[in-house]
Amino acid sequence: MIALLTRDLRLAVRAGGGFGLGLAFFLIVVVLVPFGVGPESGLLSKIAPGVLWLGALLACLLSLDRILALDWEDGSLDLLATAPLPMEAIVSIKALAHWITTGLPLVLAAPVFGLLLNLPDAGYVPLVISLLIGTPALSVIGTFGAALTVGLKRGGLLLSLLVLPLYVPTLIFGAEMARRAIEGMEATTPLLMLAGITCGTIALLPFASAAVLRVNLR
Amino acid sequence: MGSIWEYANPKKFIATTDRLLPWVSALALVALVGGLIWGFFFTPDDYKQGSTVKIIYLHVPSALMAINAWMMMLVASLIWIVRRHHVSALAARAAAPIGAVMTLIALITGAIWGQPMWGTWWEWDPRLTSFLILFLFYLGYMALWAAIENDDTAADLTSILCLVGSVFAILSRYAVNFWNQGLHQGSSVMRAGAMMGDTEERVSNVYAVPLFVCIAGFILLFIALVFLRTQTEIRARRMRALLARERMN
Amino acid sequence: MELTVSDLSVARGGIAVLEGVSFTIASGEALVLRGPNGIGKTTLLRTVAGLQPPLSGAVGLERDAMAYAGHADGIKSVLSVRENLQFWADVFETGSIDAALDAFDLRGLENRAAGGLSAGQKRRLGLARMVVTGRPVWVLDEPTVSLDVASVAMFADAVRAHLAGGGLALLATHIDLGLAEARVLDVEPFKAVPPPLDDFDGAFL
Repeated sequence: MIALLTRDLRLAVRAGGGFGLGLAFFLIVVVLVPFGVGPESGLLSKIAPGVLWLGALLACLLSLDRILALDWEDGSLDLLATAPLPMEAIVSIKALAHWITTGLPLVLAAPVFGLLLNLPDAGYVPLVISLLIGTPALSVIGTFGAALTVGLKRGGLLLSLLVLPLYVPTLIFGAEMARRAIEGMEATTPLLMLAGITCGTIALLPFASAAVLRVNLR
Repeated sequence: MGSIWEYANPKKFIATTDRLLPWVSALALVALVGGLIWGFFFTPDDYKQGSTVKIIYLHVPSALMAINAWMMMLVASLIWIVRRHHVSALAARAAAPIGAVMTLIALITGAIWGQPMWGTWWEWDPRLTSFLILFLFYLGYMALWAAIENDDTAADLTSILCLVGSVFAILSRYAVNFWNQGLHQGSSVMRAGAMMGDTEERVSNVYAVPLFVCIAGFILLFIALVFLRTQTEIRARRMRALLARERMN
Repeated sequence: MELTVSDLSVARGGIAVLEGVSFTIASGEALVLRGPNGIGKTTLLRTVAGLQPPLSGAVGLERDAMAYAGHADGIKSVLSVRENLQFWADVFETGSIDAALDAFDLRGLENRAAGGLSAGQKRRLGLARMVVTGRPVWVLDEPTVSLDVASVAMFADAVRAHLAGGGLALLATHIDLGLAEARVLDVEPFKAVPPPLDDFDGAFL
């Protein structure tokens, strides 16, 4: 299992686009938002947590089809399926690798991008915490979507259509937590809900992803 | 004799539904036309809402069926996963566009109703938002069916998507509730209650009886359409099977 | 060890392609499947390897006895030859890759990025993976595609070494592998007969 994880991380580093692409996309979203809504700092600081969460979500979405499609194309997935690893472990490792290459850099970069959007001081810690807790769910849910569409030639658009509705609860609780904390309201409830969603998806969704992948492999 | 699973045989299913279809369709027509005419022309105007209230006869039944159709797809998907009856998977496939249209009708009638009542076509009210999300789930489900060539693979994948989607739809419903209360301190929730709320409590019998007739009409209409579309799906499936057989020889 | 396949029916895209396939491969034996394109050799191999469920019938061994090599080699072009092989050695928990490197003459290419290899060299790398798996049953689909004569001989030697070590092999191929001792099974007689037309459920599948 560790071999699979290190290989995926090594591939992400060597092939390029793994770490960098998602971050660059995140940056572009953050830069474009003021062009769209105007440079007024009051407005920007009000929408900053939402924009940062949306940017993270879209950057995550961008790289989903790479999770399994590359291994599908070159036949590695067939070979992995015959390996002594359960399919559930394979999809979990794939999700973890995706989170390390995409989610984690976004979490780390979020405070910097928060500066650009005038994120209020009270917002930094809750935003980073909400992203840290929420982005693993994005990767796990995304892996499910990637497993669903892995056999399709032009699966990218369909993948977005399938995955984005599944992202709704995570986005709501994540952004809500940061927003509430900024407004000085109680933020424990969304935090717990977000943590619950993440734990629940990590625990249960790999079974669905593995089942779907087995169907696609046959 | 007597097992419900007999109807999982495509031939048996088509034969039975062929016999039922005229009756169900006729009943649906009677209930719908009767209920709508009764509701539109023979109920008094609301003292506050005027005649706009009468859109309730389309709005509530379609909203109900939007959710029920998904429930039916969920049950059919489970039957497919557990017992692998092709008719079941095809029925789920057949129900999806109907459910999507029901959702759309509920959304559009809601907007038309909301305009005079709240002065806006769209409000990010929890209930409206949940229906919009439900509509997205329908779109994704149908797109996945359409994208996969192999019927059995498509049935397997969409069934699992339906299961996972149901869990996330319920999650979204609660998340959306939480989200909007956070913004509006509950004011819109009361509006939603006034719009959709318990008909027994808020709507007097004058309105309620034709409303139930309309709901019955929508349920019958749904059943008739599912029968018809499942038959179509079965025949299309058989046609693909025959074509594949041709290629084999 | 013995691989017994009994009365196996396999389907591609929901349609039965081969029916009633039965054979037995004993330890140290190789069986070559032959038949025209599209007859279902790949489907049969994938079913035996446990990648897809059979319509009916049984494969006598569990899938963790099988090592499968298909048309694609599963090679990552940005990783070196050594890294590619070492990955599979780690996944299959067999450790050393030296024997595999020697068997397919990959020593000189060890540190080259796999993306820079020629098609034949890639194929050799893909086949070297079979040695690394340490599994007793090799299931090989068209293993000698894009191999030159010398490499085919190399491959035949590797298979022989595997058989000599008590392994067994099931191969599908069109060309002569130089494995004179291998038995040959023509799968064409097993071609599935379409079910009668009036059987609605049957034609449904």
